[in-house]
Amino acid sequence: MGGLKAWTELEPGGIVVRDEAVQPRTGGWRTGLRPDADLELCVDCLLCWLYCPDSAVRLDGSAFAGFDLDQCKGCELCAAVCPTGAIEMVRDGD
Amino acid sequence: MATDLTQARLLTGGEAIVEAMCQIDPDVVPVYPITPQTPIIQGYAKAIADGRAHGEMVNVESEHSAMSAAIAAAVAGARTMTATSSQGLALMAEVVYIAASMRAPVVMTLGNRALSGPINIHCDHSDSMLIRDSGAIQLFAESAQEAYDLTVLAPRLAEHPDVLLPVIVCVDGFTLTHSAEPVELLDGEQVRGFVGEYRIPHPLLDLATPTTQGPFAMPDYYFELRRQQAAAIEGSLAVCAALGEELGELTGRRLAAVEPYRLDGARRALVCLGSTAGTAKDAVDEARDDGEEVGLLRVCSYRPFPAVAVRESLADVDEVIVLDRADSPGGSPPLAVEVAYAAGPVRSHVYGLGGRDLHPADLRGIFAGDAGHYVGLRGGEPCPA
Repeated sequence: MGGLKAWTELEPGGIVVRDEAVQPRTGGWRTGLRPDADLELCVDCLLCWLYCPDSAVRLDGSAFAGFDLDQCKGCELCAAVCPTGAIEMVRDGD
Repeated sequence: MATDLTQARLLTGGEAIVEAMCQIDPDVVPVYPITPQTPIIQGYAKAIADGRAHGEMVNVESEHSAMSAAIAAAVAGARTMTATSSQGLALMAEVVYIAASMRAPVVMTLGNRALSGPINIHCDHSDSMLIRDSGAIQLFAESAQEAYDLTVLAPRLAEHPDVLLPVIVCVDGFTLTHSAEPVELLDGEQVRGFVGEYRIPHPLLDLATPTTQGPFAMPDYYFELRRQQAAAIEGSLAVCAALGEELGELTGRRLAAVEPYRLDGARRALVCLGSTAGTAKDAVDEARDDGEEVGLLRVCSYRPFPAVAVRESLADVDEVIVLDRADSPGGSPPLAVEVAYAAGPVRSHVYGLGGRDLHPADLRGIFAGDAGHYVGLRGGEPCPA
């Protein structure tokens, strides 16, 4: 039970403040394919960001800025919704 | 101190609470008018239509949803009030526990009425007892005046940084909610000054500090969070006492966890909740006029239960007699258990279920030892030893 807080140290109601929380890296659940973007074709429509069921699409302001593979599960939704074919699923490790 | 009749308005308990709500002017009021509801919701809706209140009234699809919406609004950062009664509270009960565990400072009026069945819409305290262990604060009003005063006090108590719990102002159904009596109101400015701005430590809509609210807690944290909740409601007794004094300076009326009435020199004392204390005070006065050494202890704060104050108030009394307006079939009535645990041996009576009247003569019979355990019951039986 090491590292666990006493009841007197918890926020009221067990509220978790993001910056104090352990940040999970769930990209390890990915099963073989990862997205790869061709920035020549990307038009910054951000449909991939909108559809991503996690938070694996990075933004720079309102511009597409690549993928956070620590969060990506390889679901392929981003590739499916990309209107310009800029996102391709490739084998992890390639 | 008595209400100043020259300054008072003739209001039902429900209307007095609506006046308090208009003065507090909460941001969000999620409601569902299940039968039986209280007249508070229709009164508040009219106040909005008349421009006297400015809250967002959310018409949800059940009392379960009313408390769910209230929690969401309260943790988002909005002062939130609602009202319920009887079966509505029974449906809401699951979510009342969650409000307490999420430390959502929702203020709610409970028009105390019987639970089905048989179907009945009249006064008793079975609904309060259903959520006894929810972690919500329950304050019982004796009069429409006190229903108003407690409603003004409730947001400060709920939102206090050491408390952060739902506060339920319990008001006897019909006896208080629908009966008119003189009620002295504070100025709106006084109430606004007393309740102040709504502030909680981590509003969900504080986007600069994102939070998870109501997280899952496995065996490694559930117990700690329950302990934290218990500490908050235990500590609320002192906060409530201080707020009662602060509000008392504005109103000139005493507001405290317990109210001793003619306990000096009393050999026998009644203990009860809510409006029955008014009847009991009359019975005590009559008995005192007849030379009987009797008194009354009214408990205003049922949760948290002021065990020390109860014990000290009853220390010199030979016989403590507890009146419960709720039964625990197969067990002992809830207030009697509480007082017994706090103060030693007690005699206990159950009365008034489903709106059955209790008269001063019944209370005189209780003092005299003539009453059965169930007072006012046709075919009564002797008090269990």
